[in-house]
Amino acid sequence: MAANDAPPRHADVVIAGAGQGGAQCAITLRQRGFAGTILMIGREPELPYERPPLSKEYLARDKPWERLLIRPPAFWEERQVAMLLGTGVTAVDPAAHRLTLSDGGSVTYGSLVWAAGGDPRPQPCPGGALPGVHAIRTRADADRLMAELDAGARRAVVIGGGYIGLEAAAVLTKLGCTVTLLEALPRVLARVAGEALSAFYEAEHRAHGVDLRTSASAAAIEGDTRVTGVRLADGTLLPADIVIAGIGIVPAVAPLIAAGAEGGNGVAVDALCRTSLADVYAIGDCALHRNAHADGALTRVESVQNANDMAITAAAAILGEAKPYAAFPWFWSNQYDLKLQTAGISAGYDREIVRGDPATRSFSVCYLKDGRLIAIDCVNAMKDYVQGRKLIEGGAIPDPARLGDAAIPLKEV
Amino acid sequence: MGEILVTTRDGGTRSVAIRPGLSLMETIRDAGIDEMMALCGGCLSCATCHVFVDAAGYDSFPPMTDDENDLLDSSDHRRETSRLSCQLVLDEGCDGLSVTIAPED
Repeated sequence: MAANDAPPRHADVVIAGAGQGGAQCAITLRQRGFAGTILMIGREPELPYERPPLSKEYLARDKPWERLLIRPPAFWEERQVAMLLGTGVTAVDPAAHRLTLSDGGSVTYGSLVWAAGGDPRPQPCPGGALPGVHAIRTRADADRLMAELDAGARRAVVIGGGYIGLEAAAVLTKLGCTVTLLEALPRVLARVAGEALSAFYEAEHRAHGVDLRTSASAAAIEGDTRVTGVRLADGTLLPADIVIAGIGIVPAVAPLIAAGAEGGNGVAVDALCRTSLADVYAIGDCALHRNAHADGALTRVESVQNANDMAITAAAAILGEAKPYAAFPWFWSNQYDLKLQTAGISAGYDREIVRGDPATRSFSVCYLKDGRLIAIDCVNAMKDYVQGRKLIEGGAIPDPARLGDAAIPLKEV
Repeated sequence: MGEILVTTRDGGTRSVAIRPGLSLMETIRDAGIDEMMALCGGCLSCATCHVFVDAAGYDSFPPMTDDENDLLDSSDHRRETSRLSCQLVLDEGCDGLSVTIAPED
């Protein structure tokens, strides 16, 4: 069964999205004995692959494409997971349980799992769509960027100081590019981390030669047929061969919302990953949910962990096992020789405590809320990550003085 | 070409061909054994590729790093011969190696 070879017109489970979440959903259904038909519909022409390396090992050419595949091609055939790739879902008819596809065809479903992720937020300033302006979300994005690097692009402007932008800046620097990074807010990682971590990463990037500018935004991207530079709000012109826009994603949920599903910033799901539409589930980056590890706050979590664990929740729900989503959040980011690992969700913290000296390049930042440890960011500090995670999961209310004393292992705090 | 023996969580054992240069994690994953999640793709950021290596094989690999040792501490199932399979690169000398996929944490 080759991909797209006479795709079925009906499947008991249709998975819209062939990324981490979609793949794990199909895997879990088969592992647990689901005998019905499964069809996975993916907008990209690729079989399911790991997205995180696109801004790290793949871009750096430390890892070839084949090693990014979540499972080898033959696996999907053996597990009887039909693939319809290079195809998007353009409309959902929830009453008829029918999807309209970008190729004009249609497919009916018993259950639908929406795992479509998101699209890079377009760079809103004039020139944001010029050739030479890149996102890093898909293999095709990364390949286009790498082709321009091969063709001699050396001056890069990265717009956005989130994880994608910082990881790209680290790789481009290593590849010999001159890199300027613009962050519109007063500090990088402002949405996901505290001030101590932001300050550390700003200093590291500068030490590696990145011209990192905070409270700086692009007013226009200049060039006639392709990028030649980035004009800042203060009038400064930064000459550039390539621009990388890492300013977040827009959840890919328009067909579901148009069909009447509740949501807005993503599609709303309950604890079993069910949307407000009958027999329609949503998982991963696009699923707006009340996260048990963020005091029940309505949130979207963009991570491999969340995609994978929500996929398991949805698959179980389809099989009649109602097990509410409560998986513990974790995340990683590799930049230069720095290994950042995050446990928990820090949003809403009221106190941050640094363990160890950032100058040693091995330290952690603990986030407290009402005295309770809710998250920890660990830089080259694996013990803190492992032990801190256990503390958070246990709902620990640690003594702040002991928490901040790196000589005391977290398991003894 | 050499082979390794992989015991899955249901107790069954399969032989899998060695592709020199690939990690044990990739070898198991690419053989279609789907119970190993290996979520971080092998960058030593999780512990979802935990295996037990047979005693003879265990000594044939380079010792683990401090990071791997610490990550293994996150598992409730750690044993003397625990390793993270993403950190074990296979070569033809691994012929006959026997490993068991650790229970899920």
